[in-house]
Amino acid sequence: MALLRITSPHAHGPLSTSRVMLNVLLATIPGIVVLTYFFGFGTLVNILWGSLVALACESLALKLRGRPLGFYLKDYSALVTATLLCVALPPYSPWWLIAVGIASSILLAKHLYGGLGYNPFNPAMAGYVILLISFPLQMTAWAPPRGVGELPGLLEALQACFIPASFDGTTMATPLDIMKQNNSLLVEDLWQQNPQFGRWAGIGWEWVNLAFLAGGAWLLYQRIFTWHAPVAMLAGLALMAAIFNDGGSSASGGSALFHLLSGATMFGAFFIVTDPVTSAVSVRGRLIYGAMVGILVYIIRVRGNYPDAVAFAILIMNFAAPFIDYYTQPRTYGHQHGEGEK
Amino acid sequence: MRKVFNFHGGIHPPENKLQSVGTPIADAGIPPELIIPLSQHIGAPAEPVVAVGDVVLKGQMIAQPKGFVSVPLHAPTSGTITAIEERQIAHPSGHRAPCMVIASDGQDQWIAHSGCSDYSTLDKAQLLARIRDAGIAGMGGAGFPAAVKLSVREGVKIDTLILNGTECEPYITADDVLMRERAQQIVAGAKILRQLIDPVETLIGVEDNKPEGLAALRQAAQGSDIEIVEFPTKYPSGGEKQLIEILTGKQVPSGGLPSDVGVICQNVGSAVAIYDAVVNGRPLISRVTTVTGAGVSQPQNFDVLIGTPMSYLLDKAGYQADKNRRLIMGGPMMGFTVPSAEVPIVKTTNCVLAPTEKELPTPPPAQACIRCGMCAEVCPASLLPQQMFWFAQGKEFEKLEAHNLFDCIECGACSWVCPSTIPLVQYYRASKAEIVQLRKDNEKSEQSRVRFEARQERLAREDAEKEAKRAARKKAAEERAQQSAAAGGDEDPIQAAIERAKAKKAAQQAGASTENELEKLEKAVVTTRKRLATASGKLQQAKAEGSDLVAALQTGVDKTQAKLEAAEKALHDYQQVNEAAPEHAAPTDAADAAIAKAMAARAAESALSDEEKARANLEKLQQRLEKSITKLAQSRENGDEEKIIVALESTVERLSDKVAQAQQQLQTTEGA
Ligand code: SF4
Ligand code: SF4
Repeated sequence: MALLRITSPHAHGPLSTSRVMLNVLLATIPGIVVLTYFFGFGTLVNILWGSLVALACESLALKLRGRPLGFYLKDYSALVTATLLCVALPPYSPWWLIAVGIASSILLAKHLYGGLGYNPFNPAMAGYVILLISFPLQMTAWAPPRGVGELPGLLEALQACFIPASFDGTTMATPLDIMKQNNSLLVEDLWQQNPQFGRWAGIGWEWVNLAFLAGGAWLLYQRIFTWHAPVAMLAGLALMAAIFNDGGSSASGGSALFHLLSGATMFGAFFIVTDPVTSAVSVRGRLIYGAMVGILVYIIRVRGNYPDAVAFAILIMNFAAPFIDYYTQPRTYGHQHGEGEK
Repeated sequence: MRKVFNFHGGIHPPENKLQSVGTPIADAGIPPELIIPLSQHIGAPAEPVVAVGDVVLKGQMIAQPKGFVSVPLHAPTSGTITAIEERQIAHPSGHRAPCMVIASDGQDQWIAHSGCSDYSTLDKAQLLARIRDAGIAGMGGAGFPAAVKLSVREGVKIDTLILNGTECEPYITADDVLMRERAQQIVAGAKILRQLIDPVETLIGVEDNKPEGLAALRQAAQGSDIEIVEFPTKYPSGGEKQLIEILTGKQVPSGGLPSDVGVICQNVGSAVAIYDAVVNGRPLISRVTTVTGAGVSQPQNFDVLIGTPMSYLLDKAGYQADKNRRLIMGGPMMGFTVPSAEVPIVKTTNCVLAPTEKELPTPPPAQACIRCGMCAEVCPASLLPQQMFWFAQGKEFEKLEAHNLFDCIECGACSWVCPSTIPLVQYYRASKAEIVQLRKDNEKSEQSRVRFEARQERLAREDAEKEAKRAARKKAAEERAQQSAAAGGDEDPIQAAIERAKAKKAAQQAGASTENELEKLEKAVVTTRKRLATASGKLQQAKAEGSDLVAALQTGVDKTQAKLEAAEKALHDYQQVNEAAPEHAAPTDAADAAIAKAMAARAAESALSDEEKARANLEKLQQRLEKSITKLAQSRENGDEEKIIVALESTVERLSDKVAQAQQQLQTTEGA
């Protein structure tokens, strides 16, 4: 038998792209469980339906582009995109909203740019922003958390998704909305008047954020990504909040803790900012990228027109990532600083 | 404890070293046939000094070094030279290469040899000569001639002598067992090296996964000021540049040499070989090689004769061919697969790895790069492998160079971690080769442009000369006519003819020698230019490979450059003198001839003989041209070396020019 000729290295590490994606999926479980506990089955139904649509879209795109289905579906990247987008969507979203979002993510933001690895924008966040701009009403209708409103059951959740016309769920402003709209009350009073505010950042929200933090910490431990971008983002956000907290006056944007545990902060920090494809590549680059996302999140949350800001901040920084890369090339062994940065 | 430094990146692949360290170094014995490649080192191949059929003794030199960066070869055992021919060797390209083949006689009879047990009596030149004569070339795997590396340039002060006992590649334990069993010799080798290069400090660097080797070295080094430095295990800490950073905190400048930061590195295996060479007078004819992998039943280390076929060695270790589909020379990270088990063990073979498919699976097809950055995290050269991969795919060579592709040491750490199993190193290797080739091509086209212009110039000059000659002839003819009219034609025609012939011959000789000289000079310029191009190509490549050769090659390039300049100057000077000369010479020659002719009474006769000569000349040239053309065709058919073909082509070109000239001459004479 002829001997195989292969170039070095002949050994390979344990990690594979499928494994990376699978780990990311697994790491979302605590967050999804907590979301379901506080807001009912809506998110779960979102994810299931979204995943189906994602697989269909991915298959269609691969087919159109003439790629082998099995090989590419195995990388699980479509499922990751679907899960991330569906976690970000309001629970009890109608089926068509989810379908449009997923199709935008996978067909427009991913495959139109050449598929996995070539997409300049985070597909989940791109899909989210397209939905937010096109359907602002549906996108800002968030269900009240357990203890504040009635939680629909599983059947009702399915009904909300697939026969939306017949579903009449209650919605409620999120703590982030309230904080933004407030211009007369001291933060302390605001807290007391609104039942949605929990201990630190809103009932449910604080636990959801802590759950995503736990999932992210596990990914860090698994060395799926490095700490630089997420920590920089949280630091950027916390710093901005601390500076502009204004002692909790009526002009306050909310405390650092409030911002860290509100909305999509932790989800964004560990599942979106860390998206390797669309962030900066070097260590210095990732620090800058993360910090800028954090700062933008705060500015958009407090000054912008939309309740949460993670998606916008990410997309803006996706634009900037190539420039950051360009200016943060690491110093190669045996070179002086600044060489090569022509 | 000495402070050790960290280097960027690195990985921790499974070590797989335990399998092969269970037993002491075994003697592999004498195989019936030894195959000794003429080139086992970086630099020019050695040149055989014995012929087929010669009987050689163990340790006898069978090939001598050709040039400075080269090493001699010695017979690993006694026997008969049965062939000097191309054989399959272990080389990444899978090429065949010239080898000397020895049929061993089983006597293992040494040639008379003597060492020098008190090496302190030897001066530097003597030490260096012994190392060179022993044919020692970097035994860590790179194969750089030790004597070249140790010839420190005048005025360069070496602070630190480092012996590399890192052996960071998985599976390989050759240096480990060497340290365990021959620590004394390593230390003695280190002392010889100290005497040779006189460093401030001498360090032996070893990873902390070799406690036995460390202990043995420490014991052997007791009482000397050789320091044994232990540092954390991490691949690729044994890379020369990485080891220097670990031990000194300094980085070798890009494209530079360790001596630029006052460091010289030698492998511990080379230290033992140096000890053997100096103290025992024993040339490098064997080495310690690890045979391992799940494809052999008794993985272990062998003391093996250089030239032993791999299959012979594998069998000693219990090779199970059915379990193994891939034979690797070297380790799993940087080793290369060999085309067949018949390739010989060479001076740089530190390991033969026969893995099973389960052990080192064939890599699955690459997935898309997800830009996870893991490759950049582990790159010991602090490169951005994912960006370089991007550019390599798009063949954006300028960007690749701006991203310092040529600082990549091809350690394979990036490929190892890449979750998408992209064969990154393969892309870098291919791109480097392509860039080097492009540079060569550029130089070549530049060269041929220069050559073309030189030829145009020559033709123009020759035209001018001809024109001048013709004018002179015409004038002479006129004078002749006048004179013959005046003299009335009572001169001796024979005497005149003789004189005419003499004058003509002299003129021709002058012309011929002029042409020869000019051609010689032009040829000198062209060949030197060619040589310069090859040398700079090699230099680039060496730089690309981060090879140790760079300095040596650089001096070579500089020298050739100087030569080229000298040659160009000579040519230029000559041309200047000559430009004046022919115009001068032609009229005087022509005038002499004309006077001679004028003395002849029968002008018509002389014209005729001129024409005949021109014709004869033309015929001769045409014959030569034909011969050259057939020769060229032949050597094209034989697929001869490019050099030869180019030389023949230029001959043909030159001859055709001459034929054309001769034809013209004939016409002029006919017309005259
Ligand atoms: S490790 Fe592989 S997938 Fe990750 S960035 Fe590098 S090349 Fe791309
Ligand atoms: S092979 Fe080259 S690019 Fe890859 S890790 Fe090693 S030095 Fe860096």
